[in-house]
Amino acid sequence: MNFLRFTMGSIKIIFRGSKTYYAWLFGLLCLIVWGGSGYYSQLNHGLIVTHMRDSVSWAFYIGNFTFLVGVAAAAVMLVIPAYIYNWKPIKEIVIFGELLAVCAVVMSISFIVVDIGNPFRFWHMLPVLGTINFPWSMLSWDFFVLSTYLLINLFVVTYLLYCIFYKKEYKKLLVLTLVLSSIPMAVAIHTVTAFLYNALPARIFWNSALLAPRFLASAFCSGPAILLILFQVLRKTTKFEIKDEAIWTIAELMVYSMAVYLFFTIAELFKEFYSGTEHILYWKYLLFGIGDNKEIVVYSWSSIIMGCVAFFLFLIPKTRKNFVTLNIGAVLIYISVYLEKGIALIIPGFTPDVLGQIYVYTPSMTEIRTAAMIFSIGFLLFTFLVKIAIAIIFEDYTIDSLVRKK
Amino acid sequence: MKKDISRRSFLKSLSLATFSALALSGCNMEELDEFLQRNFRVLTDKEKDEIIKNLEIHYKEKYGREFQVTDTPAMEGVLFGYALDLSRCIGCRRCVYACVKENNQSRDPQIHWIQVLQMENEKGIDFAHSNVHYIPEKVPEKGHFYVPVQCQQCRTPQCTKVCPVKATWQEPDGIVVVDYNWCIGCRYCMAACPYGARHFNWGVPNIPDEEFNTNVHYLGNRPRMKGVVEKCTFCIQRTREGKYPSCLEICPVGARKFGNLLDPESEVRYILENKRVIVLKEELNFQPKFYYFFGV
Repeated sequence: MNFLRFTMGSIKIIFRGSKTYYAWLFGLLCLIVWGGSGYYSQLNHGLIVTHMRDSVSWAFYIGNFTFLVGVAAAAVMLVIPAYIYNWKPIKEIVIFGELLAVCAVVMSISFIVVDIGNPFRFWHMLPVLGTINFPWSMLSWDFFVLSTYLLINLFVVTYLLYCIFYKKEYKKLLVLTLVLSSIPMAVAIHTVTAFLYNALPARIFWNSALLAPRFLASAFCSGPAILLILFQVLRKTTKFEIKDEAIWTIAELMVYSMAVYLFFTIAELFKEFYSGTEHILYWKYLLFGIGDNKEIVVYSWSSIIMGCVAFFLFLIPKTRKNFVTLNIGAVLIYISVYLEKGIALIIPGFTPDVLGQIYVYTPSMTEIRTAAMIFSIGFLLFTFLVKIAIAIIFEDYTIDSLVRKK
Repeated sequence: MKKDISRRSFLKSLSLATFSALALSGCNMEELDEFLQRNFRVLTDKEKDEIIKNLEIHYKEKYGREFQVTDTPAMEGVLFGYALDLSRCIGCRRCVYACVKENNQSRDPQIHWIQVLQMENEKGIDFAHSNVHYIPEKVPEKGHFYVPVQCQQCRTPQCTKVCPVKATWQEPDGIVVVDYNWCIGCRYCMAACPYGARHFNWGVPNIPDEEFNTNVHYLGNRPRMKGVVEKCTFCIQRTREGKYPSCLEICPVGARKFGNLLDPESEVRYILENKRVIVLKEELNFQPKFYYFFGV
């Protein structure tokens, strides 16, 4: 009953807002409809409306999935520095980080669902009802860790907001245990996702032990970038207080992980190009193209250039502490990692294919529309959740305000 | 058994509730049964028989042809192996099209279980410099040799290991099969296969009704649906009845040999013992049962 009131109260909040808020919602809804009609045609005709084929059998969808797992992981890993450096609004950082994680996990699972040929058979993967191939298939592991991670985060934020809503003290031990357990889970979801690709000897491009470390490092660049901007927006528009120093520390941590990521990539590139075995083909396709097939070169170099610019913007203290350049850097690194995971990770794994043939893949309009649908749904969800959280945490929206109105 | 029935009816009512809510238009009981059908390997013989009987009726309605669907199990003491003579193969691709016909592969979109690679003599077996789309007027072309590649029926396949739902597995006679009704279409197996042997039904498969091969095996050449993976099964519908695969029968130069690896008198065993054989990508340790050799 109490929980029902909490839910009803939350639902009321999402309908209250300014014109800009409604315009934002309307824009997202338009994108969902536009993208959804693309996905509908995919449901009817099959994945043939994508540009994936037998040679490149995974592509843009799986790339997006990987990227979002990274975002989800990094959002919660931000709790570690918040805890160590004792940033004041630690509870708020945990809540917003976990809200982002929840939305990112929902989006990443959606990308898996749209990628599979028979989405209605998804239940075959459930334990007891289906025949899940646990522990052999890494996909079954991924499914397991992602859903656990989703549940933990969803529970923690709901519980915290619920307690604030009812002005109750939350059970510190319970929350602390769950938050602390969600941190290794965050590492786990991205590691398992890397292992998904990593241990396939058929796909030489991914068959490197550095894949999982690179995943984690790149996730720590893209995930906090979103929160960095969100915290500034919250600070301007609500009573949320976060010191400049905390934001700069996040930026500093991001620059460390960028440096680590750069180092891992250089190590990988050195090994491949200096030894010059046939394995180099895939990197060649990614960076220079093979013959006339240069279609993804533009993506890989834009990712590299944007990443490097962001690295220097974050590295130099002057530009790091200037909020204009800081935000430019955050956007650049976000796009850079998105291109790297969305395009540059998956496609070279399949080009040339295992029999040495080249099938040139770029996403089809249906794939772009479906992705737009999922991202819009994710943003919509995130908007709603953040709005509820803001109202409850900063605007004293409690059970009293609900009762008083009656 | 009793528990199974109750679980089945529970499942049925559960999904009836959800799916009527979802208002899946045109969802009749037959489709619901198909939707609820469990993994082939957990079915009882009785359930299998019933499914097969229903399939025959369904195919008759859909394609207007009488199908004979079987689920003949593996013979005891049999482990199938294949050998292909690279010095004989002329790259005519007759095997490719015989396979398409025999195994009811979609004509449009086109699916070929066998890929024939044209390689350059001086490069040897080098996939990066091979060409699958060669179109000369006459084969073989000078300076080239040909390597047909199909499922290598690995002894330690990774495709079956990575499947998240156990929809593909290795049978006791060594054939790797797919349960088309259980495959969710995630294509993880395709990422894991180093031979490009697995093919996906990206769209609804199309085969003219009159061109169907109506002798089908449940785990082999029966008509597939969109969104599932399929692959070479050494012509399971033929070889389990003691016949040769159709790619072997069509080969005009006798480059293809097939038999029981456990039978010391078989032709493949003779080749293994007397010729120098290689397997593709041996460094991956998937241990194919498909051998290439030079007969002359």
